Order: sequence, then C-alpha cells, then structure tokens
Amino acid sequence: MKELLKNLDKAFENKIRLGIMSALVVNDFLDFNTLKDLLDVTDGNLASHLKSLEKKKYIYYEKEFLNRKPNTKYFATESGTEAFKKHINAIEQLLGK
Amino acid sequence: MKEKYLADLKDIKDIMDRSSRFISLSGRSGIAAGIIALVGAYLAYTIVFANQDYMNYHSSVLTGGSLSQLLLIAVGTLVLAVGTGIYFTTQKTKKQKQKIWDHQTKRLLLNLLIPLATGGILCCMLLLKGYVGLVAPLTLIFYGLALVNASKYTLKEVRSLGLLEILLGLLSVQFIGYGLIFWAFGFGMLHIVYGTVMEFKYKP
Repeated sequence: MKELLKNLDKAFENKIRLGIMSALVVNDFLDFNTLKDLLDVTDGNLASHLKSLEKKKYIYYEKEFLNRKPNTKYFATESGTEAFKKHINAIEQLLGK
Repeated sequence: MKEKYLADLKDIKDIMDRSSRFISLSGRSGIAAGIIALVGAYLAYTIVFANQDYMNYHSSVLTGGSLSQLLLIAVGTLVLAVGTGIYFTTQKTKKQKQKIWDHQTKRLLLNLLIPLATGGILCCMLLLKGYVGLVAPLTLIFYGLALVNASKYTLKEVRSLGLLEILLGLLSVQFIGYGLIFWAFGFGMLHIVYGTVMEFKYKP
C-alpha cells in the first residue's frame, strides 16, 4: 500500500490542478477563459493553480494578442503528461483495477 | 479514501469529455433530419419513376427537366436537414449552458466538412458528366467518412453510424438501380434510429 501511495503525485492532490491537467492532456491547448468556464473557478484561484503547475514544469503558456486583448494559451508539457499518466495509473492500482 | 479516488477518476473523465468533445449533439436533430430525408426521397422517387407503366418497373430515363427538379429536392432536403439540426443542437447547448460556437464546434465542423465537401464537389462533377447513378452511393460513402472523421470530437456513437453509412454506400454501388432506396435507408431510417437511441441514452 505504501509503495502505491508513493506513486501518487502531490501536484494533483488538488481537484483544480487535477482538472487543469485532465483538460490539457486531451487538448492541444486551452486558453485561460476556457479553463475558467470548464472548471468553474475564479480568476485568482485558477491563476494560482496554473502558476504552481508551471513551477513544476508540467504546463507552459504562450501569450498572444487577439483583437488587442491579451490571450494566454496553456499547454501540457511532455513531463506533465507523463506525470499525469503515472498519477492515473497509481489511482487505478490503488482501486485494484 | 477509495471514494475520493473514484470521484477523482470520474471528474477527470468528465472534464476530458467536456473539454474535448462536443457533447450537445441533439438526438432530436437526427430524428428530424431522418424524417426530412425520407420525405425528400419519396418526392425524388415520384419524379424518377414518374409516368412509368407497371411492366417497365425500375427502368427510368432522366430528362434534363426532371434532373433539375431532383437537384432542387436534394438542395431543399439538405438545407432543411442542416437547419433543423442546428436548431435542435442550439436548443440543447442552451439547456446545458455550453457555448455553441467555441473551438470544439469549430474543430468538429472542420473535420466533418473536409470529407463532406470533397464528396459534394466530386458528386457535382460526376453529375455534370452524367454519372447520375453513382451520386446516391457516393453521398452515403462520403457522409460516412465525414462522420467517422468527426467522431473523435463528439459523441463516440457517431463513429458506428458513419461505418454503417459507408457500408450502405458500398452495397449501393453493387445494386446501383436501388440507389434511392439505399439512400432513403441511410439518410432516413438510420438517422431516425440513431437519433432515438441518443435521445434516450443522453437524457438530461
């Protein structure tokens, strides 16, 4: 059991961070507002979770201007996708699947 | 603790579906499109096999006039079917509080339209060259290919509907005189059956 728990990623213990990652691994990219609508969270809340995932290098972003408004696109990194898969595998093992 | 992880897995799946697939495709739009297709096929049938006597059943000659009438029916059917499809689907997105025009819908439509437009252009070219018989099978085949291609971005059942349409299209090349019947079955009956199943399966 302890072995199994070790494989769980602390970064994904939080529901919102888990949600961000779930959405980013199945999409090429998502912008800030799409993520916000999808997860139903406030700007500040989402921004802080994005920052912590960014620090772990699980995601990266690109800024661009759409009709002169700043638009931030978020992407999952390779190591982020890898970590996410590992986390899911760990959960499935814990559940005995 | 197990419950927490089960809930996590459910959330993950839900977010993946909501963020990557257009799930508001309405079953009702399938039923409506099917009924419209059946009416269109019936109208076409009366034109194709007009003024024939009983003995010459299923041999028909298309004149220029009846061909343009057929085209008119085809365009009318298409516009009505797509129109009701958009209407019912918009209604459903409103109910589910989703956006109708976001990058999911764009991606879905683009992937649907690439094979569909190819088939449409090909059919027009064949029509101009006089290969009328091939048009019904080819519309089924290209529509099926379009559905298979787009199914990655919407409800997964769309894929099996697409495969069935392709199969029907191929069969219909083999029995080319019955093109209209295959067409009515593929665009009419299959849509109605599929729409009904979806309507019950994804009841809100």
